[in-house]
Parts: sequence; C-alpha cells; structure tokens
Amino acid sequence: MSDDLKQKHGTTGHSWDGIEELNTPLPRWWLWTFYATIVWGIIYTVLYPAWPLVNQATAGILGYSTRAEVAERIAEVETANAGINEQLASVELTEVAADPELNQYAVSAGASVFQTWCAQCHGSGAAGAVGYPNLLDDDWLWGGSIEDIHYTVTHGIRNEDDWDARYSAMPAFGRDELLEPEQIDAVVNYVMSLSGTPQDASLVEEGAVVFEENCVSCHMEDGTGDREQGAPNLTDAIWLYGGDYETIHETVENARFGVMPNWGERLSEAQIRAVATYVHQLGGGE
Amino acid sequence: MTNAIKLVALALVAIFAAIAANYARDLAYMVNMLVVMLAASVTFIYTLRKTDEDRDLRDLSGEYMDGVVRYGVIATAFWGVVGFLAGVFIAFQLAYPVLNFDWAQGYLNFGRLRPLHTSAVIFAFGGNALIATSFYVVQRTSAARLWGGGLGWFVFWGYNLFIVMAALSYVLGGSQSKEYAEPEWYVDLWLTIVWVAYLAVFLGTIIKRKEPHIYVANWFYLSFIVTIAMLHVVNNLVIPVSIFGGKSVQVMAGVQDAMTQWWYGHNAVGFFLTAGFLGMMYYFIPKRAEKPVYSYKLSIIHFWALIFLYIWAGPHHLHYTALPDWASTLGMVFSIILWMPSWGGMINGLMTLSGAWDKLRTDPVIRMMVIAVGFYGMSTFEGPMMSIRAVNSLSHYTDWTIGHVHSGALGWNGMITFGALYYLVPKLWNRKEVYSLSMVSWHFWLATIGIVLYAASMWVTGIMEGLMWREVDANGFLVNSFADTVAAKFPMYVVRGLGGVMYLAGAIVMCLNLWLTVKKQPAEKTVHGLVPAE
Repeated sequence: MSDDLKQKHGTTGHSWDGIEELNTPLPRWWLWTFYATIVWGIIYTVLYPAWPLVNQATAGILGYSTRAEVAERIAEVETANAGINEQLASVELTEVAADPELNQYAVSAGASVFQTWCAQCHGSGAAGAVGYPNLLDDDWLWGGSIEDIHYTVTHGIRNEDDWDARYSAMPAFGRDELLEPEQIDAVVNYVMSLSGTPQDASLVEEGAVVFEENCVSCHMEDGTGDREQGAPNLTDAIWLYGGDYETIHETVENARFGVMPNWGERLSEAQIRAVATYVHQLGGGE
Repeated sequence: MTNAIKLVALALVAIFAAIAANYARDLAYMVNMLVVMLAASVTFIYTLRKTDEDRDLRDLSGEYMDGVVRYGVIATAFWGVVGFLAGVFIAFQLAYPVLNFDWAQGYLNFGRLRPLHTSAVIFAFGGNALIATSFYVVQRTSAARLWGGGLGWFVFWGYNLFIVMAALSYVLGGSQSKEYAEPEWYVDLWLTIVWVAYLAVFLGTIIKRKEPHIYVANWFYLSFIVTIAMLHVVNNLVIPVSIFGGKSVQVMAGVQDAMTQWWYGHNAVGFFLTAGFLGMMYYFIPKRAEKPVYSYKLSIIHFWALIFLYIWAGPHHLHYTALPDWASTLGMVFSIILWMPSWGGMINGLMTLSGAWDKLRTDPVIRMMVIAVGFYGMSTFEGPMMSIRAVNSLSHYTDWTIGHVHSGALGWNGMITFGALYYLVPKLWNRKEVYSLSMVSWHFWLATIGIVLYAASMWVTGIMEGLMWREVDANGFLVNSFADTVAAKFPMYVVRGLGGVMYLAGAIVMCLNLWLTVKKQPAEKTVHGLVPAE
C-alpha cells in the first residue's frame, strides 16, 4: 500500500539516512475533527469565563462560576434540611430517639459528620485504635448517655482550647519518681491480675498494697474506675493502650494523656447532636 | 593547555565540595557534596593520567560518535529496571502498608520512594533514552558527527550525576516538594548547566549538518530540549536559604506557584514524554519498517499545532481549586483542541507501516513500536477527556489519573524506548540482529499484559473511589469515609502490583537479550563513515 501511496502522492524528494517522506495530504477526517474542536473551543470560551483582559477576564455569557455552582448545591441541601436541623438543635436531647423521622435524620447526618471528622482517630467503623476508644462497646471512659456523649463532643478531652473540656491527668509514677521501680513492677502485675493472668503471680500481693496506696482514689478500691474522672475500668479486659506487661508498665511509668478536640468550635449544634445520636445508637449507648 | 585548565577547575570543584560537605546543614546536601567531590576527583585523576599520552590527532569528523550513545543505551536499560523495581515496590507498599518497614522509616517509606520511582522512570530511564537516541538520530539524519568534541560525554555523565544526586536527595529527605521537580536548587543548577551543554551539542550538530533540510525527528527533539530548559528554569526559581544547605524559598507563592508548577508539570509530559519520544518514533519506525514516513504535511502541521497548544494546557490540573475559572476554562479548551494534533503523530506512525503490516507478525520489534503508538493514541484521547471539567470532577485525585499516566508511560514511552533499544543495540555493536526475537516476543507479551492489568485495575479503582467520594444519601450527606474507599481499593492494588511485576519481568528479559546480543552474536563487518543521503 505504501508503494501505491508513493506512486499516488510522491515523496518530498529528499531522504535522510534512507528515510523518505510521502507527500500524502492531511487525512480529511483528521482535519475536519481538528477544525471542529477549534470551533467548539471558540464557542465554549464565549459561553464560559475564559479570556483574560486588562483588569479581569471575560465572564462568559452563561455567567457560570465553579464557586457559585458549589455554593448553590450546598445551599440546596441546607435549605432542604433547614427545618429538621432546627428541630434537631432545639428538641430535648433524650427525645431525639423517640421521633423516628428525626432519629433517622440525625443518624445519617451523624454518620456523615463522623466519617468526615471522627473516623481519622476512631476508625470509619468506630471500632477505635490504640489510644482511641472503641465507640461500639459499652465501656465508656466519660459516660455513655446521650448527654455525656454530647458534652464530650462539644468540649473535647484534655485540650487547651476549651475551659470546659473534660480533664484529668494520671501521674507519671515512674518518670516523676513517685514509685520505686520494684513497686511499679508489682502494681503492674496486680493490675494484670484484675482481669486475667499476671506476668509474675508472686508480686500480686505486694502490688495490691501499692494499688491501695496510690491508685484507688481514681480507679476505685475494686479497680472498676470512675467516669467522673475518666479513670478506666481496669477489671474488664478492655484496654485503650494495651493490656500486656510492657504497655501497662509504660502507662504507669509515664502516664497517658489522650486528647480530643472541642468540636463545639467547628460544628453546628445540630451536627454535634447528630453525631452524638449516631455514636449513641452504635451499640453501647446508655 | 585545555587539560591544565580542566585540572584546575576539577580540583577547585572537589575542594569546594569538600568544604561544602563539611559545613552542610542537612544530610542530603552533605551526601551529595561528597558525591560531587568523588566525581570531580575521579575525573581529575582520569584527566591527569591522560595528560602525557599522545593526543589522538586522527580526523574523526567523518565518523559518527557512537561511544556516548552506547553508554546511553546501557544507562537507559539500567535505570529502566531500577525505576520499574521501585514502582513495583511502592505499588505493593500501597497494597500492604507493612512494607513501609519500621526500620527504614524516613528512608524507604512510600513518601520517600515515590519521587524516586517517578524520577527514575521519567528522568533517568526516559531522559537517558532521549539523550542517547537524539545523539544517534541527529548524527544520522544530519550526516554529521556530534558537535562539540567531548561535550557529548559531559552531557551523558553530567546528566547521570544529576540523577544520582536527585535519587540520593529523595531518600535522604532533600526535596522541594514540587511534583516531578523535587530536586533542590543546587541539583537544579547542575541540571541547567548540563542541559545548556545538551542544547549546544544538539544544535551544533544540526547547524553543521550536510543535509539541506532538518529531519522531522530533530524538530521534535529540539523543541523538547528548548522547552524543557525554559520550564525547568522558571519552575525552579528559588532563593537558597544557605549556600551550604538544600532548603530554599520559592519566588512564586500561592496559586501562582501552583499554576507555574502545573505549567511545568503538564509540559514535562508534553515536551519530555510526548515531543521527545515522537522524535524517537519518527526515526525508528520508518527505519525498522523500511518505509517512508506517511505524510510530510501531517508531520509539519501536527508538530506546530502540538507545540503551540500543549503549553496552554497546564491549568486542567487545577480544576476546582483557587485557580480562577477563566484559566481553568482555557486549560480545558486547549487540551481538547490538542486531541487531533496529538493524534497526528499516531497517524503518521501507524500509517508509515502501510504496505508493511505483515511485519507485525514476523517482527516483534515493530509490534512493540506499533503498540507504543497505539497506547500513545489511547492516552492522548483519554487526557483531553479527563481535562473536561465535569469528567475531572470525578477523575481528579483518584487512581484513574495514575492509570492514565501509566498507560502513557508504560505503553507509549516504555514500549517505544524498548523498540528503539532493540533496534540500536545490534547497530551500535555491529551485530546483525538481536540475540533472540522470541525473547523480544516474550517481552512484548509480558509488558502488554502488564500494562493492561495496570491500566484496567486503575480505571476500576479510580472510577469506584470517585463515585464513592461523591456518594450522598437521601438527605444529601456523604456516605463514605476516606478510609472506606482505601479499603475498597485493596484487591485492585494487588492486581496493579502484579501488572508491574510482569512489566518489570519483561524489562529484565530485554536486558538479558541485549546483553546476549553483544556477547553471543557474531560481529558484522563495520562500515564507518557518514554518508549524506542523496
């Protein structure tokens, strides 16, 4: 075929290192498609903002703007949800679950808020991670009623931005030399014995004494913790940081200081109520 | 005399580099200065040992300078394997995050290796391929020896020094965080020097050509060299914080910086990966097929249209950002008008084979070049489509972009380079043909299936995650968290990794084949000298 082409169109009459070029005209379909895209391009730039001038660019006769488009879509959703949002923000918190329509709305809005702002730490399924509580169970650090959850979300935990943030601090018994290394070793074994098997059973008795003298004011005599102070229950084998010897030792040695932001600053009241409702109905709500 | 000047200069460079390494403010800078010191010292000793040898006074102007092309071919194959290996590894790091080993944090984690992969493939593999083939092609089609004496060698070694410095920087944390322009100011300066030398060698050879006209391949190569120089300099305008450290303050800020970056980034694709490689195609396809180029007219129209239009298309990387709408519209419109000019190259490549279609069956090297042109056509259709604002709102930030880039890079740039290497090695080492055409065939199928797995899996995950990100419920609330979309992509990430393994395996088969070509094939009688065509 190229020999036919050569006969039909000839070459440019030159050859480079043995390469010749045919004088084939431009393929028609190619040329017309090229023209068509150019014509389309000109029309498009008349319709939409395009050509920069001295002080500003042409706005396009459709008056289109990406910002306006986004704002319009957000406004659409906000208008549609305005009534129910107002209801959610004003109704008694404990009443939300009683109204099926409001509850359904709060759960789906809350899920969306959760996936956007909370999933980074608590996981997209809310099962938590090391240092970030699992929200699916009924083991609450600061309380699991809808009001408790609402308060925690609004003010956060141990942050420096909200005076009303939930606050408590465990002493760093080792780092600050409040306990001797042997005492820490013993109390760690005692704590392990509360929910399972200690590493060294012979130290449990001695550990119980250390616990009695240093830990019961927050974790209580029986080790079941105190929600007023965010002190975890040590008897239920549910661990925020881990229940092995090394991890508990680290906790007693250096203490922990988990922080949660105060979402009251960033989210609307309706959003906070929605996410509280969502978390409350995940399984462990009280 | 020149040797004396050279020795003084090299000694000064080595001493300065030693001082700089001593006062270095960051690890990447220190290691790179030690590399410079080492390179300058080795060159110093090499030059010194040669000084009392008799100067080679033979007149070489009647012979092609192929030594540097041979080195370039070896470097291309080497960096190709390195780049593909890095790609396979980071692909599996995404599928299995545990491969971001704890002991290698800060050195071999995904963030450090990703620029290593992209730079190794684009600049080390692609760049060496472009330099080597352009040196080969410009000599043949100009019937002239490479201009500048040893300057061609400086370009080769200088460019590879740039690559080593860039690679070490990334792993050691030296990066200015601009995609595809990660190297810091001192590495950029060095590349600028090398690039100017490259331009001089190429242009010098064209100027002293013995052919009346400049061959089309050389237009493309020249536009690539000139434009990359401009892009590189403008996008890297920075003020160093210290002469003894890598950190710098960039001159442009905010959206102007973003726009400059994507003006650079898109035209790195346009002129490095498109124009430069079209130069390659315009020589190696007609040579291997032994057929004339389909249409001179098409080549000239699509060349000028391509280089005029490409330079405007950058803003399509910044749809729905702080970039003003007018710039985003122009980027999109020019991208779509660019569709036909891009396809001009595809038509010219494919139609050059008219009358030689039977070679697709018999010659796997031609097959490789043809599928390269096919992938070129596909990705230059996909690109304009993705630049449309509405499509981009779905595709942007998803794996679809990654798939698009790889059908271009693996399919077009990789395959055309492999084809060129299979053509060049027998020619450069005076062998009749490559060692084994069936190994070429194996390479072809491994690579092709690898690309299909890669591109298809990325289309699936890309569109899937795009849809998941925008999925809303009846009340208008977003349904999925980002982590949900990551989890959903896992199976396709494994498929992508396997595609990469196949592509890498093909490249290793190629290296073996090329090595055996040189080692096992009998040498042909050499024909020296350059002959202008009639």
